[in-house]
Amino acid sequence: MIERPRIPVVVFPGSNDDRDAALALERLGADAPLVWHTDDTLPAGTAAVVLPGGFSYGDYLRCGAIARFSPIMREVAAFADGGGLVLGICNGFQILTEAGLLPGALRPNASLSFVCRDVPLVVESSATPFTARCEAGQPLTIPVKHGDGCWFADEELLAALEHNGQVVLRYGAGANPNGSIGDIAGVTNTDRNVFGLMPHPEHAVDPLLGSTDGALLLGSLVDAARLSTAALV
Amino acid sequence: MRATVLVRPKPGILDPQGQAVESSLRHLGFEVADARVGRLVDVELATDDRDEATAQLERMCEQLLTNPLIESYEIAFGGGA
Repeated sequence: MIERPRIPVVVFPGSNDDRDAALALERLGADAPLVWHTDDTLPAGTAAVVLPGGFSYGDYLRCGAIARFSPIMREVAAFADGGGLVLGICNGFQILTEAGLLPGALRPNASLSFVCRDVPLVVESSATPFTARCEAGQPLTIPVKHGDGCWFADEELLAALEHNGQVVLRYGAGANPNGSIGDIAGVTNTDRNVFGLMPHPEHAVDPLLGSTDGALLLGSLVDAARLSTAALV
Repeated sequence: MRATVLVRPKPGILDPQGQAVESSLRHLGFEVADARVGRLVDVELATDDRDEATAQLERMCEQLLTNPLIESYEIAFGGGA
């Protein structure tokens, strides 16, 4: 059994939650090295990759639009295509949608205001490597902090995602902080190995911060990474 | 040659910036039914061939300048500052 599965956290210029993500993953039992955006390989033994929150490349043009062209993103895309686990948090979610690794797009919040607060969430599916420690229908409280979190998909795409069970996380009733379609807070790709969400699980892993619900999501990822590493050895 | 790319939020896409602008214009007393906010990119291209420039600009729009899911674009020549 692998003691500490390796889950690198990518650092883009303007990332600011990279260290929190790495700290949370380390506390949950992973080895979480920081990987620079100009690197063109992932560390040996990588079992999962996390794209952290922040404001990569100053959010110029569109959030995530420039970061997707970083050298490391070619590797991340290849890793994801091969079934590797990839988690995008906030800006990381934006980068994954811009890169075409996740469906939909993230637009400015309907309120035009930056939102920074704890939000109630509901787990729609526990049948993913990112939510296995949760139960379907389980309420979570995890903070958001973003200006561009209004997830959008047209009706056809939204219907397909709902039908395929790719909607993993929704904001609680009446608590949508950004106007996203269908109150959607997080989605996966069709193979369920890539997941993006606007809330910040890495900021909800210690009782001192008000909630430990984020540890359910990141802990699920660590579990899955450990299994995938064990399968390779 | 110089070209201008106009990027617009597609019809039906929520445009909170446009709504804020529309509301402010009304406050100023203008009778405005709608306002949408997009983006303008002036590009100086190495080529002077208009067809080649158009082809390049279309690729730029597809790869970087727009997100086709939510934005449309229009290419114009000869304008700009």
